[in-house]
Amino acid sequence: MTGVSGLTKRFGTNTVLDNIDLEIEDGERVVIIGPSGTGKSTLLRAINFLDHPDAGTITVGDLSVDAARASRRNILALRRRTAFVFQNYALFANKTARENITEALVTVQKRSRADAEARADEVLRETGLLDKADSYPAALSGGQQQRVGIGRAMALDADLMLFDEPTSALDPEWVGEVLDLMRRVAEQRQTMLIVTHEMQFAREIADRIVFMDGGRIVEQGPPSQIFDAPHDKRTRDFLRRVG
Amino acid sequence: MQPLDIDYMLGLVPVLLGYVPLTLGMALASMAFALVLAALLAVERVVRVPVLDQAVMLFISFFRGTPLLVQLFLFYYGLPQLMSFLTQINGVTAAIMGLTLHFAAYMAESIRAAIIGVDRNQWEASMAVGMTRAQMLRRIVLPQASRVAAPTLVNYFIDMIKSTSLAFTLGVTELMGATQKEAAGSFLYFESFIVVAVIYWIIVEVLSYGQRLLESRMEEAYAR
Repeated sequence: MTGVSGLTKRFGTNTVLDNIDLEIEDGERVVIIGPSGTGKSTLLRAINFLDHPDAGTITVGDLSVDAARASRRNILALRRRTAFVFQNYALFANKTARENITEALVTVQKRSRADAEARADEVLRETGLLDKADSYPAALSGGQQQRVGIGRAMALDADLMLFDEPTSALDPEWVGEVLDLMRRVAEQRQTMLIVTHEMQFAREIADRIVFMDGGRIVEQGPPSQIFDAPHDKRTRDFLRRVG
Repeated sequence: MQPLDIDYMLGLVPVLLGYVPLTLGMALASMAFALVLAALLAVERVVRVPVLDQAVMLFISFFRGTPLLVQLFLFYYGLPQLMSFLTQINGVTAAIMGLTLHFAAYMAESIRAAIIGVDRNQWEASMAVGMTRAQMLRRIVLPQASRVAAPTLVNYFIDMIKSTSLAFTLGVTELMGATQKEAAGSFLYFESFIVVAVIYWIIVEVLSYGQRLLESRMEEAYAR
């Protein structure tokens, strides 16, 4: 079981996450939608403490961390059970595509270099980028960089994969290849929590849609319910706007 | 105006070249120590360990705020007075100590600026994959910062090579000290000092060439 309970995050006097409760089943694919500035990204970033939450409990697998009392060791343990895909890819600029994937396997997971490289090549094959293994990020297109970013996250074999608007920074021509790769990740019954503005993709990939507004979860349910018969007026308004 | 004594100048070149290894040796040793110390100081300035941070700021302030010559005299003449077991401190040792601490203070600031300049997403990506702070610095942040800092660090190294000439004031017969002796013996001051000037100049030019090679190599990862 994975999820958060009572998760709260304030930036100054602004409450960005207001007592969020969210449970995710193993293998479940949950997509968070909602207007910008409603805390969707902050929720993802609070789960692995990129933004330190002020209160609440975060659970990933058999590990539960109380945000108010989290030690550096707790935070590392949590980060090692999650994988994160960034909006701006955030590939290590001084590492090739292959090294981007092996880096954490060797330094964090303490796997042998040969083992890590074998895993990296496996992932690069899956992402269709084996021929770019020795390229540095600066030499890759946005779509290729994001596929490496997803590959880096896949290789970690994390309990929970977090995707923070993975196609928002991409030129339209690269969006399709990134979504295709995410579909393939989803097919492997990987537990995924995704923030995206790609509504068609959300409808097709998600087991559950979570609609957030103003730092709270307004409503959630299967895609058919949220997209075709939303209960809350805010959900209806939002869907009409992005429609 | 007297004509220059060309034969004397040509004869002086091989004599002075014999002192180049000591000059370069002092500079290389000081640079190696200074780089390590500067990196530690810079990382501390970024991470900011309480109390230690104040000490580091004081250190940097002192060694940037006082002349190198004063620092060298402090180490060479001053230290043995304080610590009697150091009845005599070797001039080369004192010079390396002074150059190391002096230049480490400067280099720490340029390394710190380079560390801060590393894109925030590089820190976040390192954290997200579960790296410790030390792993993040060693594997991701410092390698990227070193590319930014490299040109200024080479500049400091050039400055350091020239500053080794101050060691002659501590009685070290390095390139400058040897020239001084030769000039005092021959009374051909202009000839002597123009020869040593050209020798320093050539050393620095060779280094500048190396700097360009290094920089183009470091750019490889970032070429589009």
